Amino acid sequence: MLRRASMLLACRPILAARARPFSTDLPAAPSADATFTEAWTKVIPNMDPPKTPLSFMQPRPPTPSSIPSKLTVNFVLPYASELATKEVDMVIVPATTGQMGVLPGHVATIAELKPGVLSVHEGSEMTKYFVSSGFVFIHANSFADIIAVEAVPLDRLDVNLVQKGLAEFTSKLSSATTDLEKAEAQIGIDVHSALNSALTG
Amino acid sequence: MAMAALRREGRRFAPLISPRPITAVRSSPIVPTHEDEGPIGVRYISTQVVRNRMKSVKNIQKITKAMKMVAASKLRAVQTKAENSRGLWQPFTALLGDLPSVDVKKNVVVTISSDKGLCGGINSTSVKISKGIYKLNSGPEKETKYVILGEKAKAQLVRDSKKDIELIITELQKNPLSYTQVSVLADEILKNVEYDALRIVFNKFHSVVSFVPTVSTVLSPEIVERESESGGKLGELDSYEVEGGETKGEILQNLAEFQFSCVMFNAVLENACSEQGARMSAMDSSSRNAGDMLDRLTLTYNRTRQASITTELIEIISGASALEG
Repeated sequence: MLRRASMLLACRPILAARARPFSTDLPAAPSADATFTEAWTKVIPNMDPPKTPLSFMQPRPPTPSSIPSKLTVNFVLPYASELATKEVDMVIVPATTGQMGVLPGHVATIAELKPGVLSVHEGSEMTKYFVSSGFVFIHANSFADIIAVEAVPLDRLDVNLVQKGLAEFTSKLSSATTDLEKAEAQIGIDVHSALNSALTG
Repeated sequence: MAMAALRREGRRFAPLISPRPITAVRSSPIVPTHEDEGPIGVRYISTQVVRNRMKSVKNIQKITKAMKMVAASKLRAVQTKAENSRGLWQPFTALLGDLPSVDVKKNVVVTISSDKGLCGGINSTSVKISKGIYKLNSGPEKETKYVILGEKAKAQLVRDSKKDIELIITELQKNPLSYTQVSVLADEILKNVEYDALRIVFNKFHSVVSFVPTVSTVLSPEIVERESESGGKLGELDSYEVEGGETKGEILQNLAEFQFSCVMFNAVLENACSEQGARMSAMDSSSRNAGDMLDRLTLTYNRTRQASITTELIEIISGASALEG
């Protein structure tokens, strides 16, 4: 009972002390949690309320008044974090509307990605990845989050397999009967032709 | 000595069902001793029963130790995957925030649990939290449905909330967990269930001994629009330009689906880690208990054995002294 009372009074520091955070998880100070915690303790007084993702995230810095010099990029894939809060000069993302260049101070944007080449420019070096698809969020504080389902560096792609795949899907499209098959074949063609142009262009 | 042993065995096999109260062994009430009455009322205690018990406890200890090792190796494998996937949901929370206290009409609680048992209390915790969320979101015009992943939660929720269960998915871990599998699953759920808010309940893996029950909320695009228009947490969402697509709604729809599959992937991996960790600690404490039990049984066995030797000696000596004197 005392523990619950103290928890109601001072949620954040006690939660932080008891949560034993990883070095990558830092407790933030979210206000949505307070309403949830209160509502929870009213209805279910015997159990501790569950944690929410906000308490596991590092808080993002607020929008600075002047344009920062570097863009902070988080490039995440389901099986790895390719780039985590890396400071770069520019990224070019393959959005559905075409190649989009992102510089520090870019306006806040949500864009969907199509299969294509993503290039990260840092000083004089440039790293290229082929991304299958995903989303990019550009925040006002010059943070860019790129979430892709699959991304490979360009040198890992095999030209012959790409050509074979393209031919295969083109034939599938011509022999497709249902809408679903047509859509699947079209997706295959899109990805493979993007791969092709990535390798040749 | 051998004759005495044979005599003892013979007597033991005769009346095994003894209605007399068991007072011979004082310390361990767990050991059922079988008493045979000697001619003078002297009681023989059989060591066979204690020995059998010791053998079975030792086997159980071996099995639980092996299960702990297996769980440790599985944990190592899944842990790297889960830690790598931790970056996946953070951009979504950074963009859309987290609104567990959002007020919506149709809630869907996705409970993630394990298929196999012997993993401590994590499944019961998940089910309790799910039921708590159900209660929290109950009200007029509001409905909450369950989507269950895993056998253990199914067993618990089917008992009292059968009518609220929409979808049950089991045997998730038959093949190693991958994003493709989880996205197919997420697609199934999104197709079959109407939702305004999806609340995913799982155990987040902090360390081998600590698993934190967590709930992640994913909102449907309509609710996201509603919340961003009304200001508050999502008020800044309007300031974001939306590139591509015909309408903003289309992009938000894709975004919500992508967010759900990413959050599910991370949740399933974290739950798998928590399951293996919980199983490790459960099996560890059970091997330790078995070891304690074995110690107690060994003491009982030795006492029993020494008591029967002493009784035998007394018999011989009293017989001898009766002959002499």
